[in-house]
Amino acid sequence: MFETLTAPLRHLGHVTINAIWRLGFASRFLLAILLQSGQSFRRLNLTIREVYFAGVLSLIIIVVSGLFVGMVLGLQGYNTLSRFGSADALGALVALSLLRELGPVLAALLFASRSGSAMTAEIGLMKATEQLDAMSVMAVNPIARVVAPRFWAGVISMPVLAALFNVTGIFGGYFVGVQLIGLDEGTFWSQMQNSVDLHNDVINGLIKSLFFGIAVTLIAVFEGYDATPTAAGVSSATTRTVVTSALVILALDFVLTAFMF
Amino acid sequence: MKRTTIDLWVGIFVAIGIAAVTFLSLKVANLTPQSAEASYPLYAEFDNIGGLKVKAPVKSSGVVVGRVASIELDTQRYLAKVTLSLDKRYQFSRDTSAEILTSGLLGEQYIGLVQGGDPDNLKPGERIDLTSSALVLEQLIGKFMLNFAEKGAAKEGSPAGSSGAQ
Repeated sequence: MFETLTAPLRHLGHVTINAIWRLGFASRFLLAILLQSGQSFRRLNLTIREVYFAGVLSLIIIVVSGLFVGMVLGLQGYNTLSRFGSADALGALVALSLLRELGPVLAALLFASRSGSAMTAEIGLMKATEQLDAMSVMAVNPIARVVAPRFWAGVISMPVLAALFNVTGIFGGYFVGVQLIGLDEGTFWSQMQNSVDLHNDVINGLIKSLFFGIAVTLIAVFEGYDATPTAAGVSSATTRTVVTSALVILALDFVLTAFMF
Repeated sequence: MKRTTIDLWVGIFVAIGIAAVTFLSLKVANLTPQSAEASYPLYAEFDNIGGLKVKAPVKSSGVVVGRVASIELDTQRYLAKVTLSLDKRYQFSRDTSAEILTSGLLGEQYIGLVQGGDPDNLKPGERIDLTSSALVLEQLIGKFMLNFAEKGAAKEGSPAGSSGAQ
């Protein structure tokens, strides 16, 4: 009787303890990566290889999405702004919304689903096929050899991708606002330049994307390393990477915005 | 894939990233390296600065000639003391006047400078004496209402006076 009554409570306690344990494990994992990352800079081609897979191969999706997001911002912004007779402020609207929020957040979400999931699947599969254990047997530290280069590649790639997303988005907004709708080109750029501040908007956006890069890549490599070494385990770890990254990006974005602006 | 190819692509990737950040700083944020030598300070005191903000443009005939460097309250006389940072290329005479204007109906506020006729120019750190404050909408409406009420009272007063005389 007592057992069945307390079962939901015990389940809740188990879930809570498990969540806290995983958080602690992830923090120690981050510390281990930082301590073991000497090799990923001494043997730079390890990291460069991962930058290629995480960053260069994400270029297409980032550029195309950035362009379309900027174009949609241009259209919707024009519709709303022209209702208040201030369509001239379109450049400022497009640039500020991209630089402050949309660029870092959307680039990080795309990066998490494009590269984060790939990292998790790769490391999880290495674990399932016992390649990580084989490395340990050969006295090669798998964190230094496999995890740390991927982590640093993600941290390096993320700000670059976010900056690129911003630039293509601004060009998308420019294309719609100036070329299609026919706003004045000079007003578009000068309104943008008047309202965008280098430190407040550009640098803070890049700092945001750096934080997102750290969070997304840490989640990706951690889920891969922690995956249950079966086919189903790798698949659920990949799913968890995308879901957790999305939630963490949005929550972190709120916290960072509250501190920055 | 060969290592040199990967190196090349990563090189291109990083170069694109640097180009993007440079574009954002130069073209979007309009970062112009402005050293302290290229500008000089002037200050002006206003009764009311309205919604003027630091870094608002200072314009003369519509041309941006500087920025608002700082805004503080002079606690001796309770006037707003606005420090302007003007481009060295532009010199203004001693009887220049400064006024706070609004760009457009709801736009941001800026300081407009009107050149005077004095042959001597203002030196760095000197004060612009002739200033006119920002138009505050509530005060404007208040004055208008007062005028209106006074006129109304005068109109009502005169027929009442004439009827009394009859």
